[in-house]
Amino acid sequence: MAPLRITAITATSAMGVGLAGTREALATRRGGLAPCDLPGMPPGVWVGRVREADTVEPPAAFAAFACRNTRLAELALRQDGFTEAVAAAVARHGAGRVAVVLGTSTSGIEETEQAWSRRGADGALPPYDFASTHDLHALPRYVRARLGLKGACISISTACTSGARAFLDAATLIAAGVADAAVVGGADTLCRLTLHGFGSLELLAKGPTRPCAEDRDGICIGEAAAFALLERAGPEDAGALGLLGAGASSDGHHMSSPHPDGLGAVVAMRAALDSAGLAPSQIDYVNMHGTGTRANDAMEDRALARIFGDAVPCSSTKGWTGHTLGASGALEAAISTVCIEAGLVPGCLGLDRADPSFASGIVVTNRAARVDRVLSNSFGFGGSNCALVIGRLP
Amino acid sequence: MTLAVGIAGIGLLGPGLAGWVQAAPVLAGRVPHEAAPLTPPAPAMLPATERRRTGPSVRLALAVAAEAVQDSGVPPEELDTVFASSNGEGQVITSILEALHTPDGAISPTQFHNSVHNAAAGYWGIAVGSSRPSVSLGGHDGVFATGLLHAAAQVVAGRRPVLFVAHDVPLPPPLDALRPTSAPFAIAMVLTPATGTRGALRLEQRDLAAPPPLLPPGLDALHGANPVARALPLLAALAAGGAAEILLPMLDDASLAVTVAA
Repeated sequence: MAPLRITAITATSAMGVGLAGTREALATRRGGLAPCDLPGMPPGVWVGRVREADTVEPPAAFAAFACRNTRLAELALRQDGFTEAVAAAVARHGAGRVAVVLGTSTSGIEETEQAWSRRGADGALPPYDFASTHDLHALPRYVRARLGLKGACISISTACTSGARAFLDAATLIAAGVADAAVVGGADTLCRLTLHGFGSLELLAKGPTRPCAEDRDGICIGEAAAFALLERAGPEDAGALGLLGAGASSDGHHMSSPHPDGLGAVVAMRAALDSAGLAPSQIDYVNMHGTGTRANDAMEDRALARIFGDAVPCSSTKGWTGHTLGASGALEAAISTVCIEAGLVPGCLGLDRADPSFASGIVVTNRAARVDRVLSNSFGFGGSNCALVIGRLP
Repeated sequence: MTLAVGIAGIGLLGPGLAGWVQAAPVLAGRVPHEAAPLTPPAPAMLPATERRRTGPSVRLALAVAAEAVQDSGVPPEELDTVFASSNGEGQVITSILEALHTPDGAISPTQFHNSVHNAAAGYWGIAVGSSRPSVSLGGHDGVFATGLLHAAAQVVAGRRPVLFVAHDVPLPPPLDALRPTSAPFAIAMVLTPATGTRGALRLEQRDLAAPPPLLPPGLDALHGANPVARALPLLAALAAGGAAEILLPMLDDASLAVTVAA
């Protein structure tokens, strides 16, 4: 694919509100997970909660969108000069040429969960704005209206690859000429459906998640919103941050278990490398999907080893943020840019050594290193796989 | 910027619209529309265990996808896919919400993995043994036009055929009161870079809301009964043959202008 410039990028998760906090948490190895104190959640679990979003409200003109997912999206939009960068892109291209492509797995379903407990004697829900909260399209509709955009409006929901797919699908829209720029990313917030859902699969960790540990015991769910502004790159952008490649695949194997040898993951990573025109040895760091479950981390390790051997450092940053589901691909794209700009390979959090059965180059301590190109993996239910290559533009 | 794509195959299911070949004369206004109840068929393409786990929205999606792909003659495992649905599998979501509000709050693991919006895409991948990329979109009342625009962009950018499937079924109570959908409806198209045997389309987003469509009685009611049925004016034009220009709803301030080639 033609590389795209990442003109602006921001992320808000339990490890930090905005990129400065994210960078500091990565560098100091300060994770954002804590015991869950939200009501109605499975007992004894830890989550990556963004408390700062609790008191954020959307601008009055867009009050209909108020819900947990919108509040977190709004908090994230306010960081790192993002809205100003989008306004400048509108001035360059026109509002109708800037698309919005955002991923979410559960959107504002938390609003329906709350309404459900206030049902009348006849079972009827109290009135609330379903279309602007629960509905999947609420997130891109909100961001498009909030930023004054008029281009294509796309909601992507491919489970835990949603946020990564947004980058790939926006690149498609730009390549086809539908847009000249795109606001991409994702937002997902803590809700009972996902916590009890992963609980029902017995995949929740008993404490802070420890991806790639020999005794890892599962996922911590987190919430996050992350956004990027993508535009076509020109020769003058050499050295700036960009989306260099993207690839996707389907497992066609099982609804919730990945192919044990990670065949789908291998196909997606190879497709991303091919689309970037890069050899595996040109990748400086792999940000893993690395959810902390026994099966997923083992599958991803096998897939990574097949492509990279043990030559490229790999880690999961979900020990800092938890698994932020449909936002994770966008969050980890933003973390990848932090690693590039800071010259940092973050080691997995909370373990002294990687699972000794692993064959890929898992790192467990931070390393200072030149990082020009990062491959970021996302895998999801339904056999959905997506890999992005984020790096300095050639 | 206009996107040009061909249509190599169509699949369609709705009340009184049982497949493209049967439905085309109805859509063209040559045969009256008789709304017959529609039960989404169990997908024979899946192994029995998986088949049992599928809900009505997934079943509808798989049925029209299979019809369109067969119509196109393209091997299913070679097609990238774009699935679009406003409501997803509402039956599963509702039953999970119900379970979450029981004293122990325990939900079924199978229901949880079936609750993802890309369940239809996941089952399609399993059924046809495909590793090709797939994306699943929402879109509320603009779900058909949004999905069509996205799928066409993928055809143009990737220069290879794409299977586009839009599917929605009514939500169970109590969600139905907040998001009324009164009939099941699904459409699938195999879109190609060149003109296809089922026609060719040019697409462009416009900055205005789509006007109410002119449709035969019966079809008019169906148009409002399901977000995917907002495709009906386009389907009617394809069935009638000849050139046409249609505005399909996307957002309050945007529509998709679709030009059907003669």
